Amino acid sequence: MSDSTHTGPMLAADGTPLKRSLRRALRAQKMRALALIAPLLIFVLLTFIAPIVDMLFRSVENQIVGNTLPMTVEELRDWEATEVPDEQVFRALFFDLFLAAEAKEHTKLGSRLNYEKSGISSLFRTSGRDMGDIGEVFQDALEEIDPAFEEASTWVEMMSGGAGAEPNARLMSNQIARLEALEATTFSGDAEFLPGAAISDILPNTARAYAAFAAFTQFVDGKSVTKEEPWEAVYAALALDLEDPATKTAVASYAGPGADNLRAAAAATLPPIAMRDAFFESNKDWANVTFWETIKTYSPPYTTGYFLNAVDMEKTPQGIALRSEDERIYGILFQRTMFMSLMITFSCVALGYPVAWILANLPTRTANLLMILVLLPFWTSLLVRTSAWKVMLQQQGVINDVLVWLGLVADESRLVMINNQFGTIVAMTHILLPFMILPMYSVMQTIPPSYLRAAKSLGANNWTAFWRVYFPQSVPGIGAGSILVFILAIGYYITPEIVGGTTGTFISNRIAYHISSSLNWGLAAALGTILLAVVLILYWAYDKIVGIDNVKLG
Amino acid sequence: MADTGNNDAFVAFERVQKSYDGETLVVKDLNLTMPKGEFLTMLGPSGSGKTTCLMMLAGFETATHGEIKLDGVSINNIPPHKRGIGMVFQNYALFPHMTIAENLSFPLEVRKIGKSDRETKVKRALEMVEMGAFGGRRPSQLSGGQQQRVALARALVFEPELVLMDEPLGALDKQLREKMQFEITHLAHNLGITVVYVTHDQTEALTMSDRVAVFNDGRIQQIAPPDELYESPKNSFVAQFIGENNTLEGRVKEIKNGIAVVQLDNGDLIDAKPVNVEKPGDRTLVSIRPERVEFNRDRLKPDAHTLKAEVLEFIYMGDIFRTRLRVAGSDDFIIKTRNAPDQRRLQPGEQIEIGWLPEDCRALDAPQV
Ligand SMILES: Nc1ncnc2c1ncn2[C@@H]1O[C@H](COP(=O)(O)OP(=O)(O)OP(=O)(O)O)[C@@H](O)[C@H]1O
Ligand SMILES: [Mg+2]
Repeated sequence: MSDSTHTGPMLAADGTPLKRSLRRALRAQKMRALALIAPLLIFVLLTFIAPIVDMLFRSVENQIVGNTLPMTVEELRDWEATEVPDEQVFRALFFDLFLAAEAKEHTKLGSRLNYEKSGISSLFRTSGRDMGDIGEVFQDALEEIDPAFEEASTWVEMMSGGAGAEPNARLMSNQIARLEALEATTFSGDAEFLPGAAISDILPNTARAYAAFAAFTQFVDGKSVTKEEPWEAVYAALALDLEDPATKTAVASYAGPGADNLRAAAAATLPPIAMRDAFFESNKDWANVTFWETIKTYSPPYTTGYFLNAVDMEKTPQGIALRSEDERIYGILFQRTMFMSLMITFSCVALGYPVAWILANLPTRTANLLMILVLLPFWTSLLVRTSAWKVMLQQQGVINDVLVWLGLVADESRLVMINNQFGTIVAMTHILLPFMILPMYSVMQTIPPSYLRAAKSLGANNWTAFWRVYFPQSVPGIGAGSILVFILAIGYYITPEIVGGTTGTFISNRIAYHISSSLNWGLAAALGTILLAVVLILYWAYDKIVGIDNVKLG
Repeated sequence: MADTGNNDAFVAFERVQKSYDGETLVVKDLNLTMPKGEFLTMLGPSGSGKTTCLMMLAGFETATHGEIKLDGVSINNIPPHKRGIGMVFQNYALFPHMTIAENLSFPLEVRKIGKSDRETKVKRALEMVEMGAFGGRRPSQLSGGQQQRVALARALVFEPELVLMDEPLGALDKQLREKMQFEITHLAHNLGITVVYVTHDQTEALTMSDRVAVFNDGRIQQIAPPDELYESPKNSFVAQFIGENNTLEGRVKEIKNGIAVVQLDNGDLIDAKPVNVEKPGDRTLVSIRPERVEFNRDRLKPDAHTLKAEVLEFIYMGDIFRTRLRVAGSDDFIIKTRNAPDQRRLQPGEQIEIGWLPEDCRALDAPQV
């Protein structure tokens, strides 16, 4: 009872609670330890984790549609996908595509969407060229009405609302941001031009189009907006604004710079705005509703499309569905990759176990000598080894020659052992065998011979002693070797590429194709992500069944 | 060497030789017989061939020459698993991937013994070594002493008549070792099994065995009960190997009335019991146990020869005193005296005279150098 004042926390010598000072001391220690490994940690993060994260991101990323056609995507939001969109959508498409064509980004979008729907890339490519012609009609008409519209200075004056006018900075920064997204860069510096607030209210389309033009001229072309005649799209936007009678009345009472020119334009009759027809004329495929479906399906910034594609499915307006029979390739490829990797792993276990056993039971000197033979393949180029198998296995190759010479095989019916699964399995078993032998050997080396002797002294015959006592203790080696070989095999690329032909290739060959030939990185990333997931799931399953702490690499 | 053809011997080595490399004999002409129920220890320095003998008996090595018989039958061509010999290995060799109970049930399983039988036998064997509660553990979860007991139980669970143990206590600390020595001997006697035990710890050999076979250089130097081995070593190797010993070299001067007078190299004369010296003029190594040396003139026979000695060091060891002397030119002559109230403590620098009863001092063969 008299001790009740001392029941509080223990105090360190300086009076701080002991727990806290201990924690502080430990933290300092931890930080120091962390600082030591920091370079390695950063290196691993940058070279290993970051690419994987990037790959995961690429497999779902789809911002190109929204970045290139922001207004069109917006207009398409409520579109029912039953018939070709209305004029409203085509007007948005005109302004989006005009800017994209100026920035030369429309073809990229075309190629991206072409992965999902072939033929769509030419649609964007041809129409991109025609945007100027469509807008020129309005430029010519307006310049006819008032030659002042030819002058860059007229436009700057008019759109900025004159000196001292209240600016609409927001509109400008939106356009800059949009351009940045399109070009995938960031611009530095202040905008040279700011649209006037009053004129933006009256002529919203014109203000937006002109702001886009100004941003592009300043930041992409590096020129001054005061010296450049606007794009055709700006004229078209003005025509569009003036189509509305409300705008005409507003213009009538407007007093800012260029008000006279605007009034003249409002009074005249401008050519009718029929963007839909203009697009149809440019490329009749714009009237094909399935192209529009594709654009709408892939308009969100993230998509499951690549993954669906990677598992032989596709998005349709009716939802997700399996692809038609003749378009399904990845399921088969994944199955084949798994099957062949398993075959290779089993072959390696079957061939490697006796070798490892002999190595582990020989005197060290002899074992070391033989170990060199096991390691020898590592010193030879992978390409050489794989090509050697080509020489061995081909129809006019060494093995066939020997078989024919022995009379086991008729000359006309030489065996096909290369450019198929058999060839891939043989060559990869050979190449991956050391990865199986080494862990098995190092595990077997740690099994003292006294265990076998003990088993025999207890009455077990040779086989029982091996199977009940030796083999279970060598399982960690088999496990380690199998994981190593299987994971290496499942992502192997060069060997199946050389000896696999068409039936013996792996999923990795397809990934490589998408990365280097079709340039469909999203799909390659999705396939790679699935491969990664499969490996992780197998690893997890292995951990559940065998236990990962049972794996010994040395 | 003393034992020859005995027909009711349980274990018999007959002229057994063993060579691993075809150049040197590791075991040279081994003859040994053991009656049933005997506890025999093979004692010897490292590399003297003890393990080799054990392995030949167990069947893991084949004898290069000669015959090994078990219960009168030659077992040279019987594979190890059919010999039915229990064995305890130096590192215990408990199977790490099996629990203790599974380890014990293994020899029963391979003998196709029914499940319920197996369980009772395993339980009984574990209880015998007081490990009944540990059946579900893995070997790695046991202490060294516990593993040792399990190894013992595993070697006994299938009721072999002969059990071999190769330095089973080598890895244990002194106290545990002494406890286990006691337990092993008791178990062996209670079960009536025959044991061949290998060690290079002489105390262990002396305290546990019915007989001890001292090995050196591939030969049995002497095979005898512990007391005989200690008190009447047959040759200088055994004398030096077993227990502490003072040795003096010299030449036999005369042998009469069963007492040899030995002239040491510095000219002094001493009395000794001739063991393997035959005639005057033989070189000999005289061996005397430290506790048999007397420095109290009154307790020696009047006509006994004595030696002059100088006390170099006095070490108090509790129950005994250990005194180092300079005798006949050698600086490491040790005497041990009991710590008793009337015992004199010798002081360094003191000059004394030492002597002994002739039967305590043995004139042995001179070492071949
Ligand atoms: N497998 C073998 N191959 C070749 N020589 C061996 C082999 N085993 C033992 N020897 C040699 O045989 C001799 C006797 O060895 P053994 O193991 O029987 O000695 P030991 O008496 O058991 O020694 P320790 O007390 O050190 O265990 C040694 O010289 C040893 O080098
Ligand atoms: Mg040994």
